[in-house]
Amino acid sequence: MTTAAALPPGLADLVDEFEGVSTKDRLQLLLELSQELPGLPGHLVGHRDSMEQVHECQTPLFLAVEVADDDRVQLYFDAPPEAPTTRGFASILRTGLHDEPVQTVLDVPDDFYVRLGLAEAVSPLRLRGMAAMLARIKRNVREQAR
Amino acid sequence: MALAHDDDPKLADYAHPGRLVTTGWLAEHLDDPGIAVVESDEDVLLYDTGHIPGAVKVDWHTELNDQLTRDYVDGAGFAELMSDKGIGRDTTVVIYGDKNNWWAAYALWVFSLFGHPDVRLLDGGRAKWNQEDRPMTTEEPQRPRTSYPVVERDDTVIRAFRDGVVAHLGKPMIDVRSPGEYSGELLHMPDYPQEGAVRGGHIPGAANVPWAKAAADDGTFRSRGELEELYQGEAGLSPEDNVVAYCRIGERSSHTWFVLTHLLGYPNVRNYDGSWTEWGNTVRAPIVAGSERGSAP
Repeated sequence: MTTAAALPPGLADLVDEFEGVSTKDRLQLLLELSQELPGLPGHLVGHRDSMEQVHECQTPLFLAVEVADDDRVQLYFDAPPEAPTTRGFASILRTGLHDEPVQTVLDVPDDFYVRLGLAEAVSPLRLRGMAAMLARIKRNVREQAR
Repeated sequence: MALAHDDDPKLADYAHPGRLVTTGWLAEHLDDPGIAVVESDEDVLLYDTGHIPGAVKVDWHTELNDQLTRDYVDGAGFAELMSDKGIGRDTTVVIYGDKNNWWAAYALWVFSLFGHPDVRLLDGGRAKWNQEDRPMTTEEPQRPRTSYPVVERDDTVIRAFRDGVVAHLGKPMIDVRSPGEYSGELLHMPDYPQEGAVRGGHIPGAANVPWAKAAADDGTFRSRGELEELYQGEAGLSPEDNVVAYCRIGERSSHTWFVLTHLLGYPNVRNYDGSWTEWGNTVRAPIVAGSERGSAP
């Protein structure tokens, strides 16, 4: 079992928030997060070819991972408004991991999302997209941090 | 009391015009007593971002599937779901959804397993309603609870199981997946998650007609003539055929089942919901790889 201490503070707070509410409210929380997903920064707008597609998501999701000079991870996501669940997953990772140090991101347990308690609300199958996003983020971080 | 059918001339050409309604008809009948509008989407949250006023959400994963066994809910489960949604046995149910009504057709097929008497699809689905700038709301509808009777699911008429498909080998079959999945190059839909089949290819003898070919650019169903050309012309089916349709988990093939059964009027079409995730994992099940149909062993 993983412990909350292993997660960066932003992500740990989100996990606590999800753990503390009912299944129905978890969906509402995910919906709110989907609406808060920030748009792409100027240098990525219109440049999907420089982003990575997360094929494991049911709807097209594009991801860009940049490691800044201070070794902090910058995360950008692009998904259409008709895909609120995918946007919600992306927003969880953005809220929890954006601007965190490389090692902190790499140390996030691969199965952290289980603790969000979303399996019952959105079904385990749909949750696979979240695992895939994290795996792709970590792979990108590893490649760039070498 | 069931509502009168939509007498739109486009729908009148189909075999069972009462199974479809147009967006214009629905807009006029939204407040009629006796109607329930149901949204069923791939994305579990899409309904919550805004839906047709008064519509309730039915989710295929979390509400229509049994959560333990790979199966649908049973008669008691369906009765509870319907009662909770405020749908009675005599309610006219109009289902719509995203992606060319893909999941809406799946929900309609499940409603049909329970023999719900009057269940219809909104032609063009969510996208067409939106495109026409018709009203959407995030307000949760208040439908009084009903007492839907417990009606056992009938799996014998429109549902096929693996053993039935084995017995059906050599008879007409439609694989509605993408050409890459059919040939075996892809084990899942392009851009979609891998859903665990250890072998690629198709059931011997199955013709490949990707499901979305039945939809026009605006998401409505193609005309009867175009559908006949597609399924009778290209795929070589005849209305009197006994047909099994399948895809990966039975959702896309529900859409084709709807087209063959209700738009073209084929009386003997079954949906094999085990589909490729069952067949492609079954020990010693015969498989054909490549774009040729192949023939039954």
